[in-house]
Amino acid sequence: MHPAPSIILFSSLSGLGFGLLTMLGLGFPDVSGWVAFVFFALGFALAGGGLISATFHLGHPERALKSFTQWRSSWLSREAWAAAGAMAVLGVYAILIIFFDNRVPVLGWIGAALSLLTVFTTSMIYTQLKTVPRWNHWSPPVLFMAYAIVGGLLLAGQVGVATPLLVALGVLQVVAWVDQEKKEAASDTTLATATGLGNIGSVRAFEAPHTGGNYLTHEMAFRVGRKHAQSLKIISLIFAVVLPFVLLILPFHHLFAAVAVLSHLAGVAAQRWLFFAEAKHVVSLYYGR
Amino acid sequence: MTSLPTHTEKTLGLVIDLDTCVGCHACVTACKGWNTENYGAPLADTDAYGAEPVGSFLNRIHSYEVQPENDAPAQLFHFPKSCLHCADAPCVTVCPTGASYKRVEDGIVLVNESDCIGCGLCAWACPYGAREMDPVEKVMKKCTLCVDRIYNENMPEEDRQPACVRTCPAGARHFGDLSDPDSDVSRLVAERGGFDLMPEQGTGPVNKYLPPRPKDEIPEFDILSPYLAPVAEEPQGFLRWLDKTLERVS
Ligand code: SF4
Ligand code: SF4
Ligand code: SF4
Repeated sequence: MHPAPSIILFSSLSGLGFGLLTMLGLGFPDVSGWVAFVFFALGFALAGGGLISATFHLGHPERALKSFTQWRSSWLSREAWAAAGAMAVLGVYAILIIFFDNRVPVLGWIGAALSLLTVFTTSMIYTQLKTVPRWNHWSPPVLFMAYAIVGGLLLAGQVGVATPLLVALGVLQVVAWVDQEKKEAASDTTLATATGLGNIGSVRAFEAPHTGGNYLTHEMAFRVGRKHAQSLKIISLIFAVVLPFVLLILPFHHLFAAVAVLSHLAGVAAQRWLFFAEAKHVVSLYYGR
Repeated sequence: MTSLPTHTEKTLGLVIDLDTCVGCHACVTACKGWNTENYGAPLADTDAYGAEPVGSFLNRIHSYEVQPENDAPAQLFHFPKSCLHCADAPCVTVCPTGASYKRVEDGIVLVNESDCIGCGLCAWACPYGAREMDPVEKVMKKCTLCVDRIYNENMPEEDRQPACVRTCPAGARHFGDLSDPDSDVSRLVAERGGFDLMPEQGTGPVNKYLPPRPKDEIPEFDILSPYLAPVAEEPQGFLRWLDKTLERVS
């Protein structure tokens, strides 16, 4: 799949943002006044900024409100509801904390749950697609939520919990990569089933329908070299997990913590780039790719 | 509403004959023409005369080479592909706006362009590559089964068929109601063993493909060949003299 920058930015930033909002909703750190303002502003900026960058991907962003209508069937519509709900509830929660020094735990819990639900619905947009075997797998929901939680803990300064969870995240990511690879290799959709000509012999794409590219080849037949993907995986692990881990076990310093968060974000972005670039859509079979 | 109907009154669709398609792309042109001039946003092209032309099409013809196991000569098939109007259309249920829908009356899958936000998710959900975003209008385009022809009372009756079916010079595309077991298309499917593309994707495609008929297996033998064997390898007599002389001259 084509790794569109707007979508990668969206899923990395808003994942981190909703992760932070989850932690703030749960009361970590328990802040008030101006400090609370800064934390919430960061959470809303990341989550909201991510959502806004996602609308750049739309052909008709001016009709975006229509996407609230189909929550009964569409995960994308459910994502819109969950995101709006999380922001609204936590908005009230934040105002009460910042200006009235009044923390209403129930509001926070609901907001935290909605924030995590938003990340879950985002992941389900990909997981539901049978057409992309690598996504049609247990790992996107688990990974998206895990990254949001760990990133949220990092941003919320919860070093004690974040450090061991970083290691767990790294292990989880490697297991997911290996298992996704297996899932894609085991896909029963082949050029033989795509054309129905497999019972005659082995099928090979002879000629594309047109000499140039088209929407489908641009959007879905993106392929990243295997070697390239392997080195990017290592880079993303180093940035998302190893470097932040090392910085966190060093004696605490605000600069270290800031670098750890930025490094983690860069690692997540690399991971998300791969999430798209490595995913093969079955339609690419028709184009012999 | 992007929930799928549990039942459609009719199941209109196409039956495509891989045995007769000659790969002329006439249906591609007819489809592009009809759907640019009629229902919905025109099917745009960008950089049409430049180095990287890209355009939206609702029907495209691939070509595949199939190599039989037994070392027989490879066979070439032309493979038209447009929306299969799936019974269990995944493109419909993913749509967040309700722009994509499946009609209860005839099972046609359509996009309401004024509701489409151009998110492209439906094109991701379709395994067949039957949906393309228009490069200019930025709304999702797909085969309409020529809904503006098949019921069009302003047209002569023989033209109330999809443009691609009407234009095909080889008669490789057929249109009809596949829920009626006595329709021409249903009988064709039954007689010729029509099949689904990617059945394992669980989309329940309505359009069916007719398999190529098996090749005749006549041993390579020609009753005239004994008589056509060369009589003399080297020219004799006068011809031999002429041959030699010409060789010297040239
Ligand atoms: S062929 Fe693709 S676009 Fe058409 S109904 Fe089936 S899934 Fe949807
Ligand atoms: S591109 Fe349009 S029709 Fe397709 S899912 Fe998005 S809003 Fe629906
Ligand atoms: S039925 Fe109409 S819209 Fe569909 S492929 Fe044929 S000509 Fe194109």
